[in-house]
Amino acid sequence: MLLKVENLSVSYGRIPALTGLDFHIDEGEIVSIIGANGAGKSTTLRAISRMVKVEPGSKMTFMDKDLLKYPPDKVVSQLGITHVPEGRGIFGNLTVKENLHLSAFARKDAAEVKKDISRVFDIFPRLKERYTQKSGTLSGGEQQMLAIGRAFISGRKIMLLDEPSMGLAPLLMQNVFKALKEINKEGAAILLVEQNARLALQFASRAYVLETGSLVMEGDSKKLLEDPEVKKAYLGG
Amino acid sequence: MTVFFQSLVNALQWGSFYALIALGYSMVYGVLMLFNFAHGDVFMVGAYISFIVATALTALAAAGTIAIPGWVVLLLTIVCAMMLNAIVGIIIERVGYRPLREAPRASAAITGLMIGIILETGVLAIMGAQRAKFPSLIQSVTYDVGGVFITNKKIMIVLVSIVLMLALDQFVKKTKWGMAMRAMAFDYTVVPLMGVPANVIAALTFAIGSGLAASAGCLFGVAYPVLDPYMGIVFGWKAFVAAILGGRGSILGATLAGFLLGFIEIFVALIFPSTMRDFIAYSIILLILTFRPHGFFGEPHSARLRL
Repeated sequence: MLLKVENLSVSYGRIPALTGLDFHIDEGEIVSIIGANGAGKSTTLRAISRMVKVEPGSKMTFMDKDLLKYPPDKVVSQLGITHVPEGRGIFGNLTVKENLHLSAFARKDAAEVKKDISRVFDIFPRLKERYTQKSGTLSGGEQQMLAIGRAFISGRKIMLLDEPSMGLAPLLMQNVFKALKEINKEGAAILLVEQNARLALQFASRAYVLETGSLVMEGDSKKLLEDPEVKKAYLGG
Repeated sequence: MTVFFQSLVNALQWGSFYALIALGYSMVYGVLMLFNFAHGDVFMVGAYISFIVATALTALAAAGTIAIPGWVVLLLTIVCAMMLNAIVGIIIERVGYRPLREAPRASAAITGLMIGIILETGVLAIMGAQRAKFPSLIQSVTYDVGGVFITNKKIMIVLVSIVLMLALDQFVKKTKWGMAMRAMAFDYTVVPLMGVPANVIAALTFAIGSGLAASAGCLFGVAYPVLDPYMGIVFGWKAFVAAILGGRGSILGATLAGFLLGFIEIFVALIFPSTMRDFIAYSIILLILTFRPHGFFGEPHSARLRL
């Protein structure tokens, strides 16, 4: 088991955002969490990347290591958990080149970093064309590619993706998801959080359904696609 | 005409102090979204550290058998003071500001003012009330350039300042640490997701700012060799104005604004009675800020300023 989450609870002030989540992800797996706006999807990812405090009693284990012992930057550089946040988190004042190099900040293997960057260019040739451009001038799709490219470089045991489809034209979205499949084939597990449930269920092999801070359903995503409850609530009937 | 050039030379020196202090203000403001209101006092501490180091080195040189030239002592003093003051800056960040990273910005501002008072009274308690006399490290030489008097000290002060500013500019533009600082200025929440230790970058920012303030303190001691624990207050406020005038986090902006402040002050004093100098000088700056509230190189509506 790659990542095991037990009894995960998060509160913002006195308002509970997540209450006692249990889920896991296996090596090389693509798992999705679907749910409505405000169900706690982003918070779940933020808890894993240690951007939000978790409540006492929460437990997260990554490759047999206690994830809660690692500060946010070490979660990335030592455990290989990368998080592509909602809104992509591109540094618009930096060039594409600088954004990519920054994600290699903690890496000491310069030669391997170089290889990884050229691999990113294979996957997203567009980024090569924009290499020396300020990333704030990129289109939304290009920014998403850059965000995924950065995650590819900073370490990739598992990628946490927060709404990668948001704001992308359908064709571009297909390209991005094709690229993600490729990255997954190279060994990175993916935890995908999506409002677009159909897309997420088609992409993932397994899925969880999150409702107001609790997991209410889980299973094979093909089965969930056929489930009448899921159909009614998330797939538009 | 000679008067004009003489004032220009004086303004360059005066502006160097403002610019060096303003850089620290502006960098901390840019990277961490907080005004370190103790920064003027950090400059003062830097001046005192320089004083102690310079006095010690002078005593060593006097007692020792080898004669160390004055300018070597001066360079050593600047380097030592910058490093020691950097540690002071790191401590201030660690103890004063890091616990407030998520707190409202007003808390950080109040903390800054208190740290300032602690530094002032701390130095007062340790060094005593009598003013410290900065040792004369280099022989003053005056050159007469067509009626304009330029001292070797003024040349040295302006040159050292410019070298430090260029070094800072290259550091921020070319190194991965500088890159991380720029990234943090844009969005500090995402920086750790790149595997970058944000706390280290924050400490580094304070270290650099405090180091530059120490260089200003040392150079100030060379030019005006009398120090007192409250000397940093007015300098701090003026450098703060320069940082705002330059634009959030802009190195070029803070530098130019620092020099501009020097020029305005000196030239206002040329025309008006000196008692009216700051009143008129800062009215001019207020007027500039009315038309350019985000400063020369700042972006309008800077995203996350919560003060």
